[in-house]
Parts: sequence; structure tokens; C-alpha cells
Amino acid sequence: MTYFADVAALARKDLLLELRSRDTLPAMLLFVISALVVFHFSLPSEASATASTGLLWIAILFTALLGLGRAFAAEREQRVLDGLVLAPCDRSAIWLAKAIGVLAFLGIAELVALPAYALFFEPVGWELVAAIVLADLGLAAVGTLLAAMAAASRARELLLPLLFLPLVIPVVVGGVGASVVDDPARYLGFLALYDLIFAILSWASFEYVVAE
Amino acid sequence: MSLRNNRAVLLAAAASVLLVAGLALALLWAPQDADQGFSQRIFYVHVPIALTAYACFAWGAWKALRLLWTREPRYDLESYTAVHMGVIFGILTLVTGSIWAKISWGVWWTWSERQLTLFLVLFLFYCAYFMLRFSVESGPRRANLSAVYALFGVVLIPVSFLAIRLAERFIHPVVFTRDGPQMSGSMFLVFCICLAAMLALFASLYTNELAGKRLDARLRELREALE
Repeated sequence: MTYFADVAALARKDLLLELRSRDTLPAMLLFVISALVVFHFSLPSEASATASTGLLWIAILFTALLGLGRAFAAEREQRVLDGLVLAPCDRSAIWLAKAIGVLAFLGIAELVALPAYALFFEPVGWELVAAIVLADLGLAAVGTLLAAMAAASRARELLLPLLFLPLVIPVVVGGVGASVVDDPARYLGFLALYDLIFAILSWASFEYVVAE
Repeated sequence: MSLRNNRAVLLAAAASVLLVAGLALALLWAPQDADQGFSQRIFYVHVPIALTAYACFAWGAWKALRLLWTREPRYDLESYTAVHMGVIFGILTLVTGSIWAKISWGVWWTWSERQLTLFLVLFLFYCAYFMLRFSVESGPRRANLSAVYALFGVVLIPVSFLAIRLAERFIHPVVFTRDGPQMSGSMFLVFCICLAAMLALFASLYTNELAGKRLDARLRELREALE
């Protein structure tokens, strides 16, 4: 079980780093609340309730993007990734640990965002919560891989949204679908399928992204 | 070398003959569609182009998989060229689809046409592929990143298709369906010829572009050796 010990150690490093430096998480929290406030002013008063659900999903997507943009910042600035690649652990463990960190940040941001959304807009149903949990898994899985890709390029911050958004359109479809239709099971199933497919693909291909 | 040149010439000749034959048959010989009339004939161009674009992306992903598997650098250029061709065919799909939508339904764009929406998503996705390639130094790193991204693309195609089908249920009810009359035998024949023509065109463009890109890379190597 050294694999999971490696993952735990790496994830612990990320969470501890964030706990001490407080770089990313406060920014994500502030961003998601600001986005919701902006959405209030961008929705005309006669807009339907479902419109605000759609905007919540956009807020989640962009909050995830904000977190992902910083995900490999420390590794890049301090050249940690080279060390991690040389370390005698499976490289996919790096991806898994980083994805767990991203997932944790995103989850905490949503713990703040959902009550705020319920306060400002509509009450939050269980379908929405279930859809967000499933969507977070997919966003973290795909996003971590793409963030590693973007970190290897010159364009970095510019590139990540371009790589990320077309790939997560299915997540938006599943998420919005689950939160607005009467029988969300089909959409939740689709989200789970997306998570499964892209988590396996990201897990298997991460090695090629970080290694020469 | 001469064999390769011959192959390029043969492919180009096959593509031209098939394209002319296919277009002539589609415009002159294929039976008129009872429902849509003459404008339905864009079907013989639009659908083969779309299928060829899928073939390009699949070919690019296959070469990407070969690259990751064997780590042979030549597959990088092959995968890149195939994706490049795929984007060109993808743009053509969007354009021809848009024209068809305008003629049949009176609008240049409709979100209820699944294939068009899918191609828009793929177009955005593969444009980012170029952005990724152009912002990484050439070398094994770039080859790996491009290959992984190309593989993601080919997985994204069915997932997005499913997503777009699911999205129709809450974004739009399906107003237009194209499952009108089934294709008759002669229509299917013309369609197959047009599809073969587009695939031959892809093969021909791919061979030439690949040869060009290889020459370009070789030239750069020689230049660097001279300096």
C-alpha cells in the first residue's frame, strides 16, 4: 500500500502548504461570492429561477479554474515537479494527490457558495448537491491533468481555460440537467460516467505529461 | 522516395477523380429529395466531410497512442498533421452545415442540430490543441502533451455527443429531425462515392502536408547543424 501512502503524503503536503500560506482558498471563496453578486446584477428581474441555476454552475466552473490555475504554482516556482518526478513513487500518485487537494479546495469553496446561493437566489435541493459532488470529481480529475499541461507551457494562465472549458462542457450539461429536470437520475448517471472515464484517462496519462 | 512520391500522386489523382465524379453524380444523377428538394444535395458534401473529420481525429489519436506506446518521435508529426486536417474538415463541416441550416430552416445556426453543436465543441477543443502545441518548446515534452490531449479529444467525441443529446431535453425540444425518407439505393451509392472522395482527399492532403512538415523539420535541423 505504498502507493496510497505516497498519495497521502503528497496530498498532506498540498493541504499543509495551503493552511500555512493561505494563497488559493481565500481567493476562491471571495471569487465565488463576488461572482454570485455579479450574477444578481446580470440577471434581469423577470429572469426565471432556472437561469440562476445555470449561473451557479458557471460560478463553480470559474472558481475551479481559479484554483486550478494556482494548483501547480508552487511546484513550478520552486521546481518541485522535477524532484517529484525523480522520486521513487508512481507518477500517477502525484496526479491523485493534487486532484484530492483541488477537490478539497473546491468542496470548501462550495460549502460557502451553496448557502450564499440559497440566501441570494433559490433554495438548494438534494439533486443540486448530488450533481455538484459528482461534478467536482470530474472537474478535479480533468482539471488537474490540464493544469499540469498548462504549467509545462509558456502561456500557462492563458492556456488553462482554453484547454479546460471545451472538455468540461459535458459536466455543465450533466450538472445543469440534474438540477433543473424532474428526474435527475439520468443526468447524475451521466456525470458519474464522465467522472469514471476521465478519471481513468487522466490517471493513466499523467505520467506522460510530467515526464520527458 | 519515388515510391512515396508515387503514392502522393496516386492519392491526389484518386481524390480528384472521386471528387469530380461524386459531385457530378450528387448534382446531376442522384434523385431529387421529395421533402427538401435540390438543397438536400448538400448532404452529399456535408456528411462525408463530417465523417472524414471524425476519421482525421481518430487517426490523430491512433498516432498519439502509438507515440505514447513506442515513444517514436515520428508519430508526433503524424498525429499533429492528422489533427490539423481534422480541424480543416471540421471548419468545413460547420460552414456547410450552417449553409444547409440556412436553406432548410432559415437560420444560420441552430443549437438543436446535434452534429453542428458537437463540431463547435470539437472545434474549440482542437483549437486549444494548437495553442498548447505552439506554447511548448518542441521536443519529447511537446510530443507527449499533444498526444495526451489528442487522446482526450477522441474520448470527448462520444461523451460530448451524449451530453448534447441529454442537453436537448432541457435546453430545446427537438423541433427539426432529419430522419425523413430513408436513403434509396442510388442515393446511398452517391453518398458512398462522396465519402470515398473526401477520405481520399484527406489521405492526399495528409501525405503532402506530412511530407512538407518533415522537410521543414529536416531543413531546420540542417540549419542548426550549419550554425
